[in-house]
Amino acid sequence: MASLKDLKTRITSVKSTQKITKAKQMVAAAKLRRAEERATEARPYTERMEAVLANLSASSKGNPNAPRLLAGTGKDETHLLIIGTADKGLCGGFNSSIVRLAREYIVKLQGEGKNVKIITVGRKGNDQLKRLYGDLIVWKTNFVEVKQVGFEQANEIAEKVLAMFEDGEFDVATLFYGKFKNVVTQIPTPQQIIPALAPEGVETPDLKGAVYEYEPDETEILRALLPRYVAVQIFRALLENVASEQAASMSAMDNATRNAGEMIDKLNLQYNRARQAQITTELIEIIAGAEAL
Amino acid sequence: MADKLKFSLVSPEKELMAADVDQVDIPGTEGWIGVLPNHAPLMATLAPGMVKVRTGSDERRIFVRGGFAEISPAGLTVLAEEAMPAEELNADKIAQRIQNAEEDLADAGDDEKKLAAQQSLDRLKELQAAL
Repeated sequence: MASLKDLKTRITSVKSTQKITKAKQMVAAAKLRRAEERATEARPYTERMEAVLANLSASSKGNPNAPRLLAGTGKDETHLLIIGTADKGLCGGFNSSIVRLAREYIVKLQGEGKNVKIITVGRKGNDQLKRLYGDLIVWKTNFVEVKQVGFEQANEIAEKVLAMFEDGEFDVATLFYGKFKNVVTQIPTPQQIIPALAPEGVETPDLKGAVYEYEPDETEILRALLPRYVAVQIFRALLENVASEQAASMSAMDNATRNAGEMIDKLNLQYNRARQAQITTELIEIIAGAEAL
Repeated sequence: MADKLKFSLVSPEKELMAADVDQVDIPGTEGWIGVLPNHAPLMATLAPGMVKVRTGSDERRIFVRGGFAEISPAGLTVLAEEAMPAEELNADKIAQRIQNAEEDLADAGDDEKKLAAQQSLDRLKELQAAL
């Protein structure tokens, strides 16, 4: 049986833990709102770009001169996985679930005899993967030093990926990130970015019988557009990841705060019982002493 | 009343402008394009330069650093790599971009890229001279 003093110390310690989780929860809620806003602000660009690309790729279908970013290298040997996670913990299963999905994918690819290369974005993913697949990680980056993830960072990753593609270091690139569905649900999602899949279900404007003119020609535009598209997709994934991380963190910290509350109640009960027991024992001792006289 | 052109300017981070305007001049890689309402469908790449937006007698100038423009019956959409209102632009920022462009030119591998880099550099220098 723990002594009164021990119980008191434990209660104090759980209380201070609760204070921390509560603070973290509130910070996450504030950050989540900002992250969601930024994701919404970035949406028009992505949508317009998808529309333009859908348009162009439809007209260049079957064209033997189609850029390799769209048509692929014609092989399926080496896969590049770009795994986006958070830099910080305290966000429940967010990082682990992305890593788990990526790991299953790696096992599947290796089972098929394919080569796998990994780029990790975010510190936590790298920490978890380097033990198992350290030799597969070709590049890593994180945003510990960056205050707010912007297009600049996405571009940096895109440039690296595109340079590798130019050098023929991989055939297919897939991006892993936590898709932000709502505050309680974040879905780890793989998304193929190279060769680019033409977006589906995008409305193309009704041209009323007219035909697009291109300046310069179609292939030139497509060649300029595709690298941008890769960067935009990475950017979107990064933004979604930030929102997902904060949402996961918020609900994880909410749970933790509630658990701490329950624990404090339980410990308090135990403390009161112990105190009562001590008083009773003391009383009995006094009464017994008086009777003996 | 004359027709208006639906114009929207978006950068990767956000939508900068969406309005009904009279005319927009955009810096295409192969020359300036003046867009009036009911322009024929067109898709073009952009070079660094000023986008001039005219509404009535009012003219707004916005600097873009490359990107794409799409004109459809629904209006004109400019997908800018980077954009900022002309008022925020100053000599320092241009000088910075010129330096970047020069590095790009030095790094460019094949002729095609070299040409593109040279073009952006020329446009930036023009802009610097105009300022």
